[in-house]
Amino acid sequence: MTTNEEMPMVSIKDVHKSFGDLEVLKGVSMDINRGEVICIIGPSGSGKSTLIRCINALNDIQQGSILVEGQEVNDPNLDKLELRKKVGMVFQQYNLFPHKTALENIMMAPIRVLKQDKKEVEETARALIKKVRLEGKEDNYPGELSGGQQQRVAIARSLAMKPDVILFDEVTAALDPETVNEVLLTIKELAEEGMTCILVTHEMAFAREVADHIYFTDRGVIVEHGPPTTFFDEAKDPRTKEFLSQIL
Amino acid sequence: MKRSDYQTEYKTDLPVMVTPLPKTGGSFRFTLKPWHGFVILMACLVSSGIAYAVTDKENASIFEVLVRWMPLLLKGFIFNLVISTCAMAIGTAVGAALGLGQISLHGWVRKASWLITQFFRNSPWLVLLFFAMFLLPFEITIGGLTIPLPDWVKAIIGLSLPVMANVSEIVRGAVLSLPSGQWEAAESLAYTRRQTLWLVILPQCVKRMLPPWMNLYAILTMATVLASIVGVSEVMTLTGQALSAEGGQTYWHRFTPLFYYCFSFTATRFHGGRYIWKRNILLSTKHCLRGP
Ligand SMILES: Nc1ncnc2c1ncn2[C@@H]1O[C@H](COP(=O)(O)OP(=O)(O)OP(=O)(O)O)[C@@H](O)[C@H]1O
Ligand SMILES: [Mg+2]
Repeated sequence: MTTNEEMPMVSIKDVHKSFGDLEVLKGVSMDINRGEVICIIGPSGSGKSTLIRCINALNDIQQGSILVEGQEVNDPNLDKLELRKKVGMVFQQYNLFPHKTALENIMMAPIRVLKQDKKEVEETARALIKKVRLEGKEDNYPGELSGGQQQRVAIARSLAMKPDVILFDEVTAALDPETVNEVLLTIKELAEEGMTCILVTHEMAFAREVADHIYFTDRGVIVEHGPPTTFFDEAKDPRTKEFLSQIL
Repeated sequence: MKRSDYQTEYKTDLPVMVTPLPKTGGSFRFTLKPWHGFVILMACLVSSGIAYAVTDKENASIFEVLVRWMPLLLKGFIFNLVISTCAMAIGTAVGAALGLGQISLHGWVRKASWLITQFFRNSPWLVLLFFAMFLLPFEITIGGLTIPLPDWVKAIIGLSLPVMANVSEIVRGAVLSLPSGQWEAAESLAYTRRQTLWLVILPQCVKRMLPPWMNLYAILTMATVLASIVGVSEVMTLTGQALSAEGGQTYWHRFTPLFYYCFSFTATRFHGGRYIWKRNILLSTKHCLRGP
């Protein structure tokens, strides 16, 4: 167990990923420790989504190594189900199951995948609904919820699996400005509770506030990284500076 | 519950999967009312009457004849319904399996399912019917038990082949029409592929498959008359018999489509996929007015 605490939760080393001839990740490395919140920022098409999708094996990689709690992801004999029980994911488009109510969306995976007791799961699910401030929406279908509400159900659904790390891929990008905050608040609370989070985001103010570490990617490589204060105020690379000047 | 709200856009190469556009103001749209049925009934009777008037009048009155033959024709038509229902049931069961085969992860299962689907989907229905009629034995013996295969059973099998292929395509199309995010969300929650399919994908597909499936059923019901060509005593065969027995008046063939009309009309009243049956009604009506 001692090694477990010293070891980074997620350790990415020299990852290369191509779609056909297009090399999207050209040697990316980063370490994420337990309880850390890291933000990945960068221009569109720089491979941010691809990178975090590699962590839960939604994308395979051609070269390099991704260790999640010591489990090698780049392994043909990888037990994807075991990996995905440890790694939660929240998508830009929510991707709730439209034929199930909010509560059912949250309860389904623990019951069917983790084979937990239905009563206990329901208790946890109701607590999670409360946690994301959606009391009273338990029996609504996703189609009856606003974007922000759906996204919070999606976060609760992911939390119900009690993951060790959660991946957030631009989870507020599809929301209108007023609802962005309610989702960010939920994520912030998670971060404060010590959940390990890997976020891809365009919300710079949010990144500065919650992140322990910020990575800037461009064209498949990590150009610069550092804690938020140094990163935002003392960026050295011209590409980072240009990006920040455009977005801030 | 506004469960239709989540009908997002989806891509498919299957024209039947395209969501019908909402009605736009000003454009013509056929809406069926009960009185249309009455109008069509009158049109048929009048046209039959005219047909009767121009032929010689030695025979009994048209209405007398119709009433006399009615029970037999009705029995024939019920037979058509039995054939179509059974063919639909068998075709749906086998076709669903075949459709799932088409999206299997095993290359050869996928290819075989694709081949079977394409073969039966692109063969004329009549050819498949002949195929079943002449290639199937008149009885099969399984371990001492002999099951006779009368012509109508063969007709059911023959007609269920194209149904199977079409259902297979409907299933495949519906599965592919779901946004890939549904698969990814389920995968990232550690569902197995089988769980993803049965808990997430297929329940959503049922709703999408219903309209094209109803469409297929309507087409199949109309196609059961093909069975008369291969000698099954369904309604068209019986109509032919009545025709020759009563001396060759043309009104018979205007009368028979009325059964289809009535059936389709009733189905329209009771089923969700109304617009499909309406098309069927238009078809029946055309036959009524023009003859076969
Ligand atoms: N499944 C795929 N097949 C082929 N190319 C892909 C695929 N997914 C992503 N790409 C390509 O990989 C590159 C990086 O895509 P990615 O989605 O990771 O970018 P991103 O940094 O997340 O951008 P954005 O900020 O717009 O979401 C893009 O050029 C994209 O076209
Ligand atoms: Mg992205």
